Amino acid sequence: MDQFLGNIGLLFEFPIVNLKIILDGVMVGALFALAAYGLALVWGVMNVKNLAQGDFVIAGGYVSWWLVQHGFPALLGVPVAFVVMWGIGWVIYKLVISRVIERDLFTSLLATFGLAIMMAQIMNLMFGSDTQSVDLGYPTLHFFDGFIDLPIAKLIGVGMAMILAAGVIIFMKSSRMGQAIRATAQDARAARVLGIDTEKVYAFTFSLNSAICGAAGAIIVMVWVIQPFYGISYSIRAFVIVTAAGLGNLPGVIAAGLGIGALEQYGAHIFGIGYQQAVAVLLLLLVLLYRLIQQRRNRQVLK
Amino acid sequence: MKKYSMLSILMAAVSLLFTQGAMAACGEIHLGSAISLTGKYATNGIHAKNGYDYAIQVIKDNGGVMIDGKCYNFRVTYYDDESKGDRGATLAERLISQDKVQYMLGPYSSGMTKAIAPVTEKYQIPMIEAEGASRSLFNKGYKYLFAVLSTSEQYLASAVTLAAEMAQKQGKEASSVKVAIAVENDPFSLDIRAGVSEDAAKFGMNIVIDEKLPRDLSDMSAILTKVKLLKPDLLIVSGHSKGAATAVRQLEEQNIQVPMIALTHCEAANVIGNFGAAANDILCSTQWAETLSYKDDLFGTAAEYEQNFKKAYPEYKDKSVPYQIAQASAAVYVFKDAFERAGSLDKEKLRDAIAATDMMTFYGGIKFAEAGNNIAKPMVLRQIQDGKYNVVAPSAFASHKLNWPRK
Repeated sequence: MDQFLGNIGLLFEFPIVNLKIILDGVMVGALFALAAYGLALVWGVMNVKNLAQGDFVIAGGYVSWWLVQHGFPALLGVPVAFVVMWGIGWVIYKLVISRVIERDLFTSLLATFGLAIMMAQIMNLMFGSDTQSVDLGYPTLHFFDGFIDLPIAKLIGVGMAMILAAGVIIFMKSSRMGQAIRATAQDARAARVLGIDTEKVYAFTFSLNSAICGAAGAIIVMVWVIQPFYGISYSIRAFVIVTAAGLGNLPGVIAAGLGIGALEQYGAHIFGIGYQQAVAVLLLLLVLLYRLIQQRRNRQVLK
Repeated sequence: MKKYSMLSILMAAVSLLFTQGAMAACGEIHLGSAISLTGKYATNGIHAKNGYDYAIQVIKDNGGVMIDGKCYNFRVTYYDDESKGDRGATLAERLISQDKVQYMLGPYSSGMTKAIAPVTEKYQIPMIEAEGASRSLFNKGYKYLFAVLSTSEQYLASAVTLAAEMAQKQGKEASSVKVAIAVENDPFSLDIRAGVSEDAAKFGMNIVIDEKLPRDLSDMSAILTKVKLLKPDLLIVSGHSKGAATAVRQLEEQNIQVPMIALTHCEAANVIGNFGAAANDILCSTQWAETLSYKDDLFGTAAEYEQNFKKAYPEYKDKSVPYQIAQASAAVYVFKDAFERAGSLDKEKLRDAIAATDMMTFYGGIKFAEAGNNIAKPMVLRQIQDGKYNVVAPSAFASHKLNWPRK
């Protein structure tokens, strides 16, 4: 308890630390938001809750890491991971997802859960269980007596995440395929009647999700570290964010992503870093509870 | 890299086929081991297996194990425990009751050893393990468990002593040293924390940060911010390779200035290769280093062991051989020594012979306490100096001087 109070005291004693915590949180939150956006896409369009979301992220990280090991520049990793993971996503869609799409919730949950275990193990066999990271070798900017540090690599990573997010948003808004995806999400049957090839839309959506995750992973490996079994922590955060923000609510997903990032950092500072992820899960519980109460109220009105 | 290892496995298999035919005169001692070939401990599990296999090959090339005038060679049945404790225990049962294994080599990690030890104890099977350092393994009264490595509470405790020495050199009290501890919440790292805080308490030092790292750590900036605010004189981080990698990367990013920083698992995280100059002047604990002056008749000096091992396993040629391999080989060596002293294949006689072990090896002295832990070998601290690991403590073995303060 003394430690908690001491930690909170530090926040007031050195107010600048708050800014650092929020900055750190927002930067990691941007990556969470990317993975969560992909999840919301698949969830909304296909009603598949992809438990392997985090493993796609890690797989993208390994694509980038592999490239760097073979002498390619690190920044190339992001577009390459996007393309490679697109392909992997498409194969996985054809092999697994297309067979469970029409089934009930549990079938798709089980299938993607199995997928998550398999992917983690395959990566473990291919790349080993050591943590890996890519060092861009850029310097770090320091402000306020060194209390605020902004590694240039992190800025580049967040910049790339923003470009990617903007690209996806524009694509969804203005391209033909984007329109088809949105139409399918609204009503798959009506879309089919109107001549949209929903099978193609599903395959495209799943591949796009996988590619977004892959690019996010390629950014993560430049700034943090990855390990074959780290996928689950990204999956959990993606679920928390989507549950908190709701489907089809893009600004909400981004805001929730950044918010959870910052909240986790505060949790880590006050309760200790071991409880960082507990904060995210606690938030999920609260959101679910709130939603439940909200729904109950609605039901009462319906009676 | 991958191709090399496949090739070497193939070559080893072929050579094994040939030598087995030629050496038919020797008997066989059947060892068993459940070890992590997949899962989160896979990297180190494979290191340990290579260490076992290498020692077995060396013993074979040097005439095998002589028991009562007859020569024997070791053969090991390995099962993959998938880095899961319950799986490890099941496989140990299977090795003992189905494969009739009478002597066991240990798995990788304290957790796995903890899962398997009750099984070997139940069947009274002597197990020499090389990769489980948790001190909780040695307070259960196990009679058949022996470990060649130093127990984990010693890993970074020497850094506390070193910090006290430096403070006294500066004309300050040892009790003025402020210590920050960040360790993972697992048995191994918690032992390290216990060892450090016990020694810090002895000196009357103040522990200003004491935090647990999560299993899936990839960001510890929250702790490092506190380090910046509270300015400890000694920072201890232990969280396997992810802890080392994250610490080194973020220490540099946040420009943290602590006079002394001590980590575990520097080699596993390859902090020099991955982060270059950012890793300079960090202290790393190790069970063993090839620059130490230990030697024996079978493997030669520590340096010779390293060179010969690299010849046998070319996939290690570009890095220094991890201590996990050396201690695995040492475990096999203890078996050979004990069998020869026991002069019998009887497992009870063997157990007593192992308990009476008192030998010098390339890996260090080996002499077991009542509880089965090795008390003849100290822990070593190395400092990363210009991209090289140099031994700086304990001073009796130190080849280099400590760089202090760090920045």
